[in-house]
Amino acid sequence: MSDLTELTLATARDGLRARDFSAREIAQAHLDVIDAGNAALNAYILPVPEIAAEMADRSDVRLAKGEGGPLEGVPLGIKDLFCTRDVRTTACSHILDGFTPTYESTITQNLWDAGAVMLGKLNCDEFAMGSSNETSYYGPAINPWRREGSNAPLVPGGSSGGSAAAVAARMCLGATATDTGGSIRQPAALTGTVGIKPTYGRCSRWGVVAFASSLDQAGPITRSVRDAAIMLGVMAGYDPKDSTSVNIPVPDYEAALVGGVKGLKVGIPKEYRLEGMPEEIDTLWRQGVEWLKSEGAEIRDVSLPHSRYALPAYYIVAPAEASSNLARYDGVRYGLRVPGADIIEQYENTRSEGFGDEVKRRVLIGTYVLSAGYYDAYYLKAQRVRTLIKQDFEKAFEDVDILLTPATPGAAFALGEKSGDPIEMYLNDIFTVTANMSGLPGISVPAGLSGEGTPMGLQLIGKAFDEETLFRAGRVLEDAAGDLAGPEDWWSVA
Amino acid sequence: MANSAASSNLIKSETGDWELVIGLEVHAQVTSKAKLFSGAATKFGAEPNSQVSLVDAAMPGMLPVINKECLAQAVRTGLGLKAQVNLRSVFDRKNYFYPDLPQGYQISQFSQPIVGEGEVVLNMEGGETVRIGIERLHLEQDAGKSLHDQDPKSSYVDLNRSGVALMEIVSNPDIRSARQAQAYVTKIRSILRYLGTCDGNMEEGSLRADVNVSMRRPGAELGTRTEIKNINSIRFIGQAIEYESRRQIEVLEGGGEITQETRLFDTKTGQTRPMRSKEEAHDYRYFPDPDLLPVELSREFVDRLAEDLPELPDQKTDRFMADWGLDSYDVELLVAEKERADYFEEMVGGGAAPKQAANWLLNQHLGRVNKEGVAFEDAPVTAAANISILKMVDEGTISGKIAKELYDLVWETGDDPAKLVEERGLRQVTDTVAIEKVVDEIIAANPKQAGQVKAKPQTLGWFVGQVMQKTSGKANPQAVNAILREKLEIAED
Repeated sequence: MSDLTELTLATARDGLRARDFSAREIAQAHLDVIDAGNAALNAYILPVPEIAAEMADRSDVRLAKGEGGPLEGVPLGIKDLFCTRDVRTTACSHILDGFTPTYESTITQNLWDAGAVMLGKLNCDEFAMGSSNETSYYGPAINPWRREGSNAPLVPGGSSGGSAAAVAARMCLGATATDTGGSIRQPAALTGTVGIKPTYGRCSRWGVVAFASSLDQAGPITRSVRDAAIMLGVMAGYDPKDSTSVNIPVPDYEAALVGGVKGLKVGIPKEYRLEGMPEEIDTLWRQGVEWLKSEGAEIRDVSLPHSRYALPAYYIVAPAEASSNLARYDGVRYGLRVPGADIIEQYENTRSEGFGDEVKRRVLIGTYVLSAGYYDAYYLKAQRVRTLIKQDFEKAFEDVDILLTPATPGAAFALGEKSGDPIEMYLNDIFTVTANMSGLPGISVPAGLSGEGTPMGLQLIGKAFDEETLFRAGRVLEDAAGDLAGPEDWWSVA
Repeated sequence: MANSAASSNLIKSETGDWELVIGLEVHAQVTSKAKLFSGAATKFGAEPNSQVSLVDAAMPGMLPVINKECLAQAVRTGLGLKAQVNLRSVFDRKNYFYPDLPQGYQISQFSQPIVGEGEVVLNMEGGETVRIGIERLHLEQDAGKSLHDQDPKSSYVDLNRSGVALMEIVSNPDIRSARQAQAYVTKIRSILRYLGTCDGNMEEGSLRADVNVSMRRPGAELGTRTEIKNINSIRFIGQAIEYESRRQIEVLEGGGEITQETRLFDTKTGQTRPMRSKEEAHDYRYFPDPDLLPVELSREFVDRLAEDLPELPDQKTDRFMADWGLDSYDVELLVAEKERADYFEEMVGGGAAPKQAANWLLNQHLGRVNKEGVAFEDAPVTAAANISILKMVDEGTISGKIAKELYDLVWETGDDPAKLVEERGLRQVTDTVAIEKVVDEIIAANPKQAGQVKAKPQTLGWFVGQVMQKTSGKANPQAVNAILREKLEIAED
C-alpha cells in the first residue's frame, strides 16, 4: 500500500473521488510511513492516528455518497504552530507544555471543512524562531536528504522543518507551514519541496501562535506546484477574526496553472548577487533565467537598492514584535508554571525554564530595541527601512511582473554546523526576508541538486495578491527542472 | 489655556502664597455590550471569570478585533467635550507584566489618540467661570482584577474586566483647587451620562480618576508632581488633593524636594502614601499593535454622530439662563444630572415659577433626596406634587414653613398634597379677626415686652414667633406682622 504515499496531493484527491482507494487506506498508508520513519526524522512531534482514522472514515462516508470538499480524504500534517481543538499545541516550546486548545485555527478549520484528514502535529523551531529546526524543544527534525556518500544528518531548514521533512519523506501529502522571514521557503528549498508564502493578509492568522504579527503568514509545503495551488486555495480567505486579513476573493489557483510564461516580464534583482555566494547557487539562478527565457519570458535586470538593509531591519522588527507577543507566556493561565516565592520569581522561573536560548535571545533583542532611548534608533528606523524596501518593490514591479532569485544562499547544512553562530544562521533568510518585510508573495520551487547531491530551490516573488502568476511561473521552473528523484529511504525501519 | 491664578485659589502660608496645580486623568468605562476587542459581555457584578473570551484570556493565537460601537462612543464623547476628533488614530501596546494583564500588554493609544484637544467649562459657585483644557481622549483596555483575600498563600485573578473599553480623558494642568477638581469630574461625569457613553457609576468603578498634584509659587515654573492613582469618588478626590497639597507645602517649606512618584489615597486615614517603587520603574516599550490596523474614520461617520448628539449640559445651561434668567451656579446644579434637569423642566412646564422651582428643587427636594441617600429618580415626591405645593404657597393657601412640612408628609405618605392640606388642616389662617384675637391675648399676657417694643422695634420678631407658635404656624405671616404693628403702634420700616 506504500505506493499511495507516492501520489501527489492532486492525484490522490482525484483517486479518492474516483474511489480507487479509500480515505482510510491512504491515511493508513501515511501513518505506516510515519510509524516506520518518524523515529529517525522526528518530523512529527505528535502523530494522531485515531483522529486520522476517524476523519478518514467520515470522508469515506461522504465520498461514498459522491459528496465531499475539495480536499476530501487528503491526509495532511499540521505545523505545531496551528492551534488544533483538543489536540496538544505547543509551538514546540517547553513553555506550552500540555497546552490543548479548545479552539481550531481558521486555516486548519478551512482544511477540515474541505475534507482534509489530520495525521498529526509537525515539528518546528520553537515559536518558529530558527532556520534549522534545531531550536525545537522536541529536538531537531532531520532532513530526509543526505549528502552523497555521507550519513551525517542534515537539517531540513526552519522553522517549518518538520513540515518540509514530512512532505519530502512521504509522511503526508502536504503540510501547513508558516513563514515570518523565510520559514516556508527555506525548508522547502532544503528538502526539494514546494513552499509558498502568500501575500500578507491572504491567510488568516487567527489561531496560529504568533511570532511577529506584521510578518507572519501561513502557507503550504507540498511536493508539487499544483499541490501548493490546491492547498493554498483552501487555506486562504478573508477572516473577520483577523483584522489584518484582507477581504478580496480567492481565485482558483489550480486553474491559473495553465498558460506558461510567454511574454511574462521577469526581473532579476542585481542586489541578490551576493559576494561569496556559492558558485552553484549562482549557476542555478542563471539556469532558472534560461528556463524561463526559453519558455518565452522576457528577462530584465532590476534594482532593489535597499535589499542589503532588509535582514538587519528584519532582526529588529521581528524580535520587537516577538518580545511583546510572547509576554503572555507567563505561567499564570496555561502551559508550564515553575513556582517561585512571589509572582515576579514565578515569572522569572517559568520563562527561564520554559523558553529556549534562541527565543530568549530574540525576546531580549526585542525588549532592547523597544526600550526608551533606543526605540527611535532601532525600531522606528527599521520601520523606515521597511517602507523603503516596499518602495523598491513597487518601483521594480512597474517594469516587471515577477522576480526570480535564489531561495537560499546554500543547500542543506549539517546538524550543529551553524547552530553555534546566530548571525550565520540568520543569513539563511537573506533572500526570503524581503518578501516578508514588503508583504509580497514568494514561492520556492526545487530547481536542482547541489554538488553534494542535495536539493536547491529558486524563489519567485510576485506582486501583492498575484499568487496566480507565481504558480504559473513556478510550474514552468518545476517542469524544466524535472524530477529531483527524491531522497532514498534510509529512515524507515521495517 | 493656563488659568490665571485667581487670588482666591491661592493657599496662604507664613512663607508666602502657594498655588496648587492639578491635572486629571479620568478613566471612564465605555457603555457598550461587548469589550473593546472581543465579544465578551461587560455586565457589572457577574460571577468571576464568567465574562471572558479567548481573546481576553490571551490564549495563544488569539487576535483583537475592534468593537466599532466603542469607537462611536469615543467619538461622541470627543464631540461632547468640544474636542478635535482625529479621523486617523493608532492602537499601541503598552508592555508590562502583571497577573491581571493576560496579554502582557495593554492595548492603548499612545501617540495618535482618537480625540485631541477640547475644553470643559465649569460654572463655579459665586458666578466664576473656569475653563479647563482637555489634552486628549484615548481608548484602552481595562485590566482584570487580582483577588488577594481568597487564599492565604495564592492570589486569584478575575478577568471579567479584562479587555473592557475605557476612555482615558486627560486634562491640561489647568485646575487650581480641590473644588475645581471636583467640579471638573462632576462636569465630565455629567457630560458622559448625557451622552450615554459612560454610566458614571463611581461605586462600581465605571468612572475613576488619577490626580496629578504639584505646588508652585504664583507665576513660577511648574513644580514636581505626584500622581494619586485610581480615586473612585468625588469626595475622595477633594480629600486627596487637600491632603496632598498640605503635605507638599510642608515638604517644600521644610526645605525638602517633592519626589515624582505614584501615590495611593487611603480612604480610612484620609492620607496619601507612596506606592511600591517597583510599580513605577516601568519602561512600557510602546509600539503600534501589529495585530490592528490604524483606525480610519470617515468625515460622514463623525458628522452623523454629531447630528445625533443629545442636548448637552452646557447647551441646557444656556437655554435655562436665557429662557428663565436663572443664576449660572443654580443652573449648573440643575443640569448636572439629566434626570434633575428633566424634572425641573417638568415643574416649570406644569406652571411653577422658574426661580421658585429651581430654589425648591435644589434645596428642598434635593436636600431630602441626598439626606435619604436614594437615587434621584426613586424619590417618592413627584414633579407634579412639587408643582402643587408651590402653587399653594403662591396662592397663600399655605405658608412657606408649612410647605416644607407638607413636602415631608408627601414624601412619607405619597398622598396628594392638596388632599393632605385639607385632611390635616394645614391651610393658612388669613382671617384677620382670628389673628387679632391671638395678638390681643399675647399682648395682654406680656405687658413688659409690649412696653419695650416701641423703643426696640427689632424685638417685634419675638411677638411674631409667639403668634405663629400659638397658631401652629398656620397664621399668614404678613397679616400677623401688619396687625402687630398696628396694635403696638410701630411704623412700617
